Amino acid sequence: MTNYLIRRAGQMALTLFLIVTLTFFLVQAQPGDYATFYSLNPDIPAEAREQIKASFGLDKPLWQQYLVHMKNTFTGNFGVSFGHYPRPVLEVLAERLPRTVVLFLSATAVSFYVGFFLGKAIAWRRGGVLEYAATISGATLFTAFTPAFALMMIWIFAFKLGWLPVGKFLDPLIWRGAEVSANHVFSYMLLTAAVFIVFAFLTMLAARKLGRLGTARMPFLVIAAGAAIIPIAWAFTGVGYLALDILRHMVLPIATLTLISFAGTMLLTRNSMLETMREDYVMAARAKGLPERTVRDRHAARNALLPVITSLVYSLIFAIDGSVIIEAVFSWPGTGLTLLEAVRSEDLPLVMGAMVFIGLFSLLAHVIVDILYVYLDPRIRYQ
Amino acid sequence: MIERPPNQPPSLGEGSSLFGDAPEVDLSRGRLDLALVRLRLAWRTLRGGWSIFVESRIGLLSLAIIGLFALMAFSHPILMATVWERDVYDPVTGYAFDSFEHPASPNWRHPLGTDSLGRDILSQLLFSAKSEFILGITAALVTVGIATTVGAVAAYYGGLVDSLLMRLADLIIALPGISLLIVLSALFNLNLFYLALIIGVLGGFGGTAIILKSQALSIRVKPYIEAARAAGGSHFHVIFVHIIPNLLPLSLLYMMFTVTGAIFAEAVLSFLGLLDIRMSWGIMIHTANTGGYLLSGANYWWLVVPAGASITLLCSAFYLVGRALDEVVNPRLRRHDG
Repeated sequence: MTNYLIRRAGQMALTLFLIVTLTFFLVQAQPGDYATFYSLNPDIPAEAREQIKASFGLDKPLWQQYLVHMKNTFTGNFGVSFGHYPRPVLEVLAERLPRTVVLFLSATAVSFYVGFFLGKAIAWRRGGVLEYAATISGATLFTAFTPAFALMMIWIFAFKLGWLPVGKFLDPLIWRGAEVSANHVFSYMLLTAAVFIVFAFLTMLAARKLGRLGTARMPFLVIAAGAAIIPIAWAFTGVGYLALDILRHMVLPIATLTLISFAGTMLLTRNSMLETMREDYVMAARAKGLPERTVRDRHAARNALLPVITSLVYSLIFAIDGSVIIEAVFSWPGTGLTLLEAVRSEDLPLVMGAMVFIGLFSLLAHVIVDILYVYLDPRIRYQ
Repeated sequence: MIERPPNQPPSLGEGSSLFGDAPEVDLSRGRLDLALVRLRLAWRTLRGGWSIFVESRIGLLSLAIIGLFALMAFSHPILMATVWERDVYDPVTGYAFDSFEHPASPNWRHPLGTDSLGRDILSQLLFSAKSEFILGITAALVTVGIATTVGAVAAYYGGLVDSLLMRLADLIIALPGISLLIVLSALFNLNLFYLALIIGVLGGFGGTAIILKSQALSIRVKPYIEAARAAGGSHFHVIFVHIIPNLLPLSLLYMMFTVTGAIFAEAVLSFLGLLDIRMSWGIMIHTANTGGYLLSGANYWWLVVPAGASITLLCSAFYLVGRALDEVVNPRLRRHDG
């Protein structure tokens, strides 16, 4: 396992290197000179211009520039953004990355769970009304034109019903008198979520270790109690209303991203279930007289999960791309929107930085899925 | 040489080969005969495949939807040549003089109304259908052309060639496509053709190649490959005559998914206003969005609904046809054995 991880890390570094190379040459190949553009920006004072030119080697030949760029990137120096001058690219991206990660992770988790659940149900009762309804609506949502669908969601839930805010990350009217910055509150929200997930995981693990000592509902009650403490604790911090505002802004983008991406998992689970349902062990389980539910969930679905996890890589990339579009429509200031804005205003250092970040993000997701796969399938041990 | 009884065509193998492997047909009877046998086999496989395809009602309905859009694409030039005046109905430069306010709601002269610049929506819709087909099919052909070759070559040679091509595929899978296309289309002037080419190349060297390679691996170990090599067939001959034809059913399936991806990508990029295209469904929504008509919802539905529904319908139709084909190509998914 350790060997595998080391080799995998090497592969990741190589891929990242290629992504950096690709973005560098793409930016170099575009019409117009990057170096001139950078140094002619009127917002940059003359002395700073010389310094930037020297530090990025913009007066040197291309191959030297490439080497300097590579060194800068891997030492974490992405340059200074044009659009957010004088903030460094890394600072801009570090501020926005958590927002994308939250949007992406919660949508992926929910859509995976819903997709797997529906997929096994429609495979089990093949040819039923549920199958047609779920397949058609799922495929329609999956292939729906994301921007139009997102706008429709905004129109229904934010505009007509007025339940949720239209877009953006927070409501400036609520935040006007606030003493703390949005990022401060948001990072504490992330911390809360992380602690809660670890707590829930440990509870489930403990429940499994204890076996049948308590009732089956016990762990869920404990987790629910833990969940109930969170809002009370936040109410005492005095910034609870600010966190609630961010939370309200998060609902619609996450719901939209979930709706468009659950069908991929669902349709895949269906196919995978149809294949496992033909296996002998499923027939054996039936012959033993086990209840249908047990055969479905414990025998067929468990094994159908593996190919679904393998293809999770594709749905992860789909969700990353989806979150770029969702961020653009909802004006959600994450990495995707940053990329889009940077690209529109020709903020080239930020473009390169955002590309590298998105690439790194998808690489990490890739590796996590691989490790998950080893954990789930004891037959596979990476050497 | 032994004469084969005429009523016993070479067996079809596992039923998943479209154009027949059939290298054991008596060569002395000439190439024409061989071609005829192959044609007959292909026809029989196609008919068998069709009867499985027809079982999936969703697939059939989707095929009908694609046909409808093809009809729309063909009807535009005909309508322009006969009943529609060019200065009123041109999808890009036309102007509807008959209305004082634009966007005008649907009426007899403009069945789907006009957009904020006074152009006929129906004409735009029909005109764009053609370019979506061109885009989708070009991208799909490029993808499948590259992916079948890459898959067959990687599976056949193995070793260094295989690992190089597969590492490249891994790299491309890890790249988020839409983000890369956003950067590309912002930095360069992409038109429809270049977009199709880029999507095709990315897809062809990426995920599709990996899937086709795993299929090619299972073909590579079949006896007829060895037989072809033993009979003196060159590497080139084996790859292009024996491996690639057997990959075609699966690649047809992935063509459908590529079409969906290409149309979707074009629509998103057009919606963001990043492409150098005169008119498309994405641009129609972009125009409505920049005019601020989108959040007016049902009041100006004809600006968004026709284009949005067209993108969704055509994308999902290709996707569902692909899934129905999956049941034809992959016997394990079928309802009955056979």
